[in-house]
Amino acid sequence: MTETTHLIHSYLRSSKRFPHVWCPGCGIGILMGALIRAIDHNRYSKDEIVLISGIGCSGRLPTYLDFNTLHTTHGRALTFATGIKLAKPSLKVIVVMGDGDAAAIGGNHLIHAARRNVDITAIIVNNQIYGMTGGQSSPTTPLGMTTSSSRYGNLEPAFDISRVVEAAGAAFVARSTVYHTRLLEQLIGKALHKRGFSVVEVICHCVTHVGKATHMNSAVEMMNWQRDNAVSVRKAGTLSAKQLEGKIVTGVLVDREAPTFHEEYEKLVARVGVDDSAV
Amino acid sequence: MKKNKRNERLLLQGSEACARGALQAGCRFYAGYPITPATEIMEAMAWELPRVGGVFIQMEDEIASLGAVIGASLAGVKSMTATSGPGFSLMQEHISFASMAEVPCVIVDVMRGGPSTGLPTLAAQGDVMQARWGAHGDHPVIVLAPSSVYEFFDLTIKAFNLSERYRIPVILVADEMIAHMRESVILPRAEESELEERPRPTVPPEWYAPYKDPGTGVPPMPAFGEGYRYHVTGLAHDIRGYPTIRRDEVGELMARLFNKISKDLHLLQWFDSCYAEDAVVTVIAYGSVARPALRAVKRGREKGLKVGLVKLKVLWPFMRRTVMGFLATSTKVLVPEMNMGQLSREVKRVNQGQCEVLTLNKVDGSMITPGEILAKLEDIYP
Amino acid sequence: MKGRVEIYEGWCKKCGICTAFCPQDVLDTTGDGYPFVRAPEKCTGCGWCEIRCPDFAIVVSPYEEEQEK
Repeated sequence: MTETTHLIHSYLRSSKRFPHVWCPGCGIGILMGALIRAIDHNRYSKDEIVLISGIGCSGRLPTYLDFNTLHTTHGRALTFATGIKLAKPSLKVIVVMGDGDAAAIGGNHLIHAARRNVDITAIIVNNQIYGMTGGQSSPTTPLGMTTSSSRYGNLEPAFDISRVVEAAGAAFVARSTVYHTRLLEQLIGKALHKRGFSVVEVICHCVTHVGKATHMNSAVEMMNWQRDNAVSVRKAGTLSAKQLEGKIVTGVLVDREAPTFHEEYEKLVARVGVDDSAV
Repeated sequence: MKKNKRNERLLLQGSEACARGALQAGCRFYAGYPITPATEIMEAMAWELPRVGGVFIQMEDEIASLGAVIGASLAGVKSMTATSGPGFSLMQEHISFASMAEVPCVIVDVMRGGPSTGLPTLAAQGDVMQARWGAHGDHPVIVLAPSSVYEFFDLTIKAFNLSERYRIPVILVADEMIAHMRESVILPRAEESELEERPRPTVPPEWYAPYKDPGTGVPPMPAFGEGYRYHVTGLAHDIRGYPTIRRDEVGELMARLFNKISKDLHLLQWFDSCYAEDAVVTVIAYGSVARPALRAVKRGREKGLKVGLVKLKVLWPFMRRTVMGFLATSTKVLVPEMNMGQLSREVKRVNQGQCEVLTLNKVDGSMITPGEILAKLEDIYP
Repeated sequence: MKGRVEIYEGWCKKCGICTAFCPQDVLDTTGDGYPFVRAPEKCTGCGWCEIRCPDFAIVVSPYEEEQEK
């Protein structure tokens, strides 16, 4: 067995049955591999990682991995993550969410976690659809796309999740597709390393539902689309807004220094003074 | 917050007593959202927690607040939140989660007039059924109701103890009156309070099955980061914590969730009584209504009426044994409530025709007075 | 030949990603949809099939002469 696979297997729960739950060709599996390699590369111990998810296809990811894992409620993963990180700052807290999870039902939690700059890494799997429930339109479904809940075409413009969290104050924002697997791995690695709220938006294909809606019938076709429509941040700087329409800008979008909630809280504690006898 | 070093007499607001009780119980994490009439609890915790090595955070809503509380508890820290009706409704999703995943936490609901935004500054008891059945799915829960400033302190400590002992969300339903009134109290010092901690695993991580019944119905619970890398989910799960839809595994899980409480019902019969032993008409009350009820019963006795009071401190699981005892010895029972009749339904349910159960309901935002209860007692007295 | 590709059919869901994106056309698909190594000599050991496999069903190991002995 090679290093890569040996490494992956050492992070999979031996008590879980494989193959995993996702559809053939689903990009979440590719993301899971990239996440494992990035965690390993950063040399975190399994015991210090807490991997949290919400509800949906991505919600099943933590079950398979040998960390402290928590499968929470729909959209609320970041709230649990906030509690865990503040209660035990030594833990490395990673949250995996889908686009409906993070941007619709969890949109409020997402912007406030970014605003507070809680030291958490959020990986948002954006497949533009609610997959688990059968392909309903989400806040990132492209305008006009036909889904099972927008039978005559989606009327709503889509969220740009990365720009939302950038505006809300995230310390680090990056985007990759699952086709660009090595880039994805690198960006997750950087996000994990970053102090503060870091976000990696993962452009992922849903063969089962988006594939049907866009007449792309295989994971291969959809990943070809990712390859053909991705533009690096550097190249995007040379293109006009019109040229960038419909493109996926990949790479590090935001990387800034800002005090985290926990750092500010520690300063507050130092200022008011700990007094164990106060009770 | 003034220290309680020598059991001196303190003039405290109910909310402050609740916060003191939480801190004395070992609560070191609070997440909340402002709402009248529960805000004072949050303010007290915001002031005290940074000084005792704890964490306070104001979240973006009540859903987030209870989410953060559950997260902190999974990290091994005793945690709580407080809210009122509208916020309590938002918390129901996570009360259900905490029941299923068996995460200890304490939720204070300072009841105010409803429905909806209702009467934010006035007392009510409209959330009694919501506290029991508001969360989706059949789930176990414990609900306590204080009727004085001292009890708010005491029951907050007990709420933490029960939540740790049974790994269950424990809800305190106070009301605007109890939270805002001030009383002179003498509180026990920290070393005088008996505290309970959640059961801890005694086996090495490789032998640990996070949801396996150790015989008590309450599986041991390590904190995240202690080497027991286990899975927590709101999905129905097997003893390893992994999702399952197998009938035998789901059935066993649900049975255990309920049995861990129902096997100890005899330990959860907490009540005070006054003149109840020989009462012909017994008043069953809880929360702030128990106060005018006591006055009414005393005045009734002065008038020669054999009336008595039973004040319930545990609302859920309903104290069937205790209440049935008093139903058996009374001719009539009166249940005054600041709602349209919620706990009285339970009294009627367990009555089984033993005696006549009458209600006195008030939902206009004003307190039920001793005079109103006494008038009703005189009216129904056989 | 620098790499050696192994496929675990037990975990494979026949999505075709490995075959489609192999830069050297080492892999091909059988009639029933499973990938197989058609041109082992062309493998450069780049590992793209392994890291893009959503199901952890492919292993690429460095080719060593002694493996053949």
